[in-house]
Amino acid sequence: MRVAVASGKGGTGKTFVTVNLARSYDEPVLVMDCDVEEPNSAIFLKGEQVSSRRSHVLIPSVNEQLCDGCRVCSTVCEFNAIAVIAGKPLIFEDLCHACGGCATFCPQDALHEVEHEIGTITEQQDGSIRLISGKLDVGKALAVPVIRDVKRSAERARESMMLIDSPPGTSCPMVWTVSDSDLVILVTEPTAFGLHDLQLAVETVREIGVPFAVVLNKDGVGDSRVERYCEQNGIEILARIPHDRVIAELYAQGETIVHDARYAQVFSQLWQKIVAFTANEEAHRA
Amino acid sequence: MKVAFTASGDTLDATFDNRFGRAEKFIIYDTARDTYTVLDNAQNLEAAQGAGIQAAEHVVASGAKALVTGHLGPKAAKVIFSAGVEAYHADVQTVGEAVAMYKSKALKPLRNADVEGHWV
Repeated sequence: MRVAVASGKGGTGKTFVTVNLARSYDEPVLVMDCDVEEPNSAIFLKGEQVSSRRSHVLIPSVNEQLCDGCRVCSTVCEFNAIAVIAGKPLIFEDLCHACGGCATFCPQDALHEVEHEIGTITEQQDGSIRLISGKLDVGKALAVPVIRDVKRSAERARESMMLIDSPPGTSCPMVWTVSDSDLVILVTEPTAFGLHDLQLAVETVREIGVPFAVVLNKDGVGDSRVERYCEQNGIEILARIPHDRVIAELYAQGETIVHDARYAQVFSQLWQKIVAFTANEEAHRA
Repeated sequence: MKVAFTASGDTLDATFDNRFGRAEKFIIYDTARDTYTVLDNAQNLEAAQGAGIQAAEHVVASGAKALVTGHLGPKAAKVIFSAGVEAYHADVQTVGEAVAMYKSKALKPLRNADVEGHWV
């Protein structure tokens, strides 16, 4: 089962929910940190690094002997990354989305694709928790290929349970992260900002068509607007995590909270709800 | 010789556009014949990225050997200079004024990009 933890708003507690869910799971679990612009799960899930490798995309390179300056590559490029000047293509690497269109359509076979490094994939093991994190290099614009690479690393995983820490927002990186999940947990907070961005996230996951439910974090900090919205729209709230100074202090120190029995219970109940929710979804689909 | 001017209209009375990649039009002026043609840049005006690169490619393809604009970003500059096109900076109201200044050699040459990418 794949459970993605997402939100519209940043800072609602996606990583917090992900790492504490991982810690309170009894069986081996694979955590994928797909928040590749700021992968933080490793701060909370310590453990030994098992492997690290560079992540790359394929970008075009020109064989000037073969190129006849026909401009097909420049016309094909949706991203304006190629200009043909004096009969030769000039390639702007940082605009290239690595779609491969130019190389595919070049009538002279003058473009071949070369590896262009954009990030790092690391794997670490913390007891029964395996973590695969993607980290986009500073200055690179393409988060999605690194996210895909994290997911490729998780193919044929030995763990039957996977938790995915999603990037914030509702654009391509978030969509790519959550779209193959069995359940998306949208973490929000009971504030005007929380509600506004939750609504955007709900619209997005509805459009994608993945099952979703809400976890209300920092419960007690604001008002009941998120609860009202969920009730009116038939969205299940799987858990309420209290706005609590001790939680904030532990989190600020880079610690998980489930060694404390009071909080362990919140997360074990959340696991029960997740299992029940997905079983229900499956029955519904059947 | 053909010279490209960034413009927001079709005539020499049109406002001279300070922007290059997202200028509305290019007026391609033939200094030998004192005639001009107009190159539309609408497609690049709406491009999500790379407007300067494609605009520069069009200007080069028009046969212009010089470009007169307000400012030039790094990617557009790379294309323009790779093609051996000269670039000049003008700070004027109309295209006609820019043409007159170009002819009287009153414009300052641009040897490099003079603004960051995504200047406007």
